[in-house]
Amino acid sequence: MMEVPSTATALGLILCHDCKRLNDARNLGAHGLCVRCGSRLHARKPESLARTWALTLTACLLYVPANVLPVMTVLMTGRSEADTILSGVKALLIGGMWPLALLVFFASITVPVLKLLVLIFLLLSVQMKSHWRPRERTVLYRLTETIGRWSMIDIFVIAILVALVQVGALATITAGPGAVAFGGVVVSTMLAAISFDPRLIWDAMEKPHEVD
Amino acid sequence: MMSPLANKTPPPDAGSGTLLQEQAHSLLACPDCDLVFPLPCLSPGEKARCGRCGAVLMEPKSHGFDYSIALALTSLLLFVLSNTFPLLKLQIAGREQIGAIMTGVHALYDQGFWEIAFLVLLVTIIAPLFRIISVLYVLLPLWFGRRLLGAAHIFRWMEILRPWAMSEVFMLGILVAMVKLGDLATIQPGVALYSFAGLILFMAATDASLDDGAIWVRLEDGA
Repeated sequence: MMEVPSTATALGLILCHDCKRLNDARNLGAHGLCVRCGSRLHARKPESLARTWALTLTACLLYVPANVLPVMTVLMTGRSEADTILSGVKALLIGGMWPLALLVFFASITVPVLKLLVLIFLLLSVQMKSHWRPRERTVLYRLTETIGRWSMIDIFVIAILVALVQVGALATITAGPGAVAFGGVVVSTMLAAISFDPRLIWDAMEKPHEVD
Repeated sequence: MMSPLANKTPPPDAGSGTLLQEQAHSLLACPDCDLVFPLPCLSPGEKARCGRCGAVLMEPKSHGFDYSIALALTSLLLFVLSNTFPLLKLQIAGREQIGAIMTGVHALYDQGFWEIAFLVLLVTIIAPLFRIISVLYVLLPLWFGRRLLGAAHIFRWMEILRPWAMSEVFMLGILVAMVKLGDLATIQPGVALYSFAGLILFMAATDASLDDGAIWVRLEDGA
């Protein structure tokens, strides 16, 4: 980049996270609140890297029990069968429902793994002050932020099955501990994406690249 | 219709230094890369994107507040229907089981999974309902040229809760659950399933019709 771009920070302005109003950084009130919506102002999301790392690592840890432990147990005519996330996809595949199997596989397995990998990649690239394709990294961030909620499908399937199939010894479905861990993965990756500040990608661009 | 904006703001005068709040009013900053732009003049339907990172900066809407209010009122009605009538009916071995969203939350809670019960309650009932009511609480008075107490706070929370209202994801969950139960029992859709499908469409339409920028300006100017 030839000329130095004028960012809000360079102009002494702070953008409100919530209502997107620009506030004068030098004329902040005693509490540093947005003049329009009253939310606390920060030039960058507070402790962005530390919070995002903490939540991403939490999700990584929870990812193991989420996939190993049963998410639900199906009790049918005396026999009980435990289902994990992956065996649920397999059951759909065996039943010939491959479009739905693909959808659940994408939402429950591909999306969480991709989200974790992208978050770790973004965090490392910001910490290494990378100058590599900032625009593409920002787009990647926006994608991660939008797609995460679709992983909740499996939790909802469990909630509906548990509500409907309660016919005593004949057929009963109960939730399993894996579901709690899986819900934890979805929530912590969503919070991690919310805590990350994509402007950190661009802050690194304004400083000259450090040569090792 | 997308016009990438160029960063044409001159750097502040090294001498004078201070930028007044007035000037901040006529500027716009990109939430994703912090670049500052002069406020563009857009006609409804046009979109302003950041020239550097591609984020959507402004998107004025062609419809007025009344349009969003009508959509939100319809959503509210469909929300009530979706939560009072049965979603699915399951027939198994001569017995009928009726399921609604709250039945699932109850069953999870009864089995000791209060964490998931709360999560499902939050993302399928609390967050969507709060968002629908907030639109009405903020826009109805604005339409009459008034502003209710705490409107800015409520509208802020509506934005914060946006990713946590997951009705459309829940709909997909219903679909998968129906298929899974297909060879186990007979499934009949309940009234709520149809109203729920409508709810998703109307909630998406309400979100798409909201002109956040215009609403914030109105909230700031004291209606």
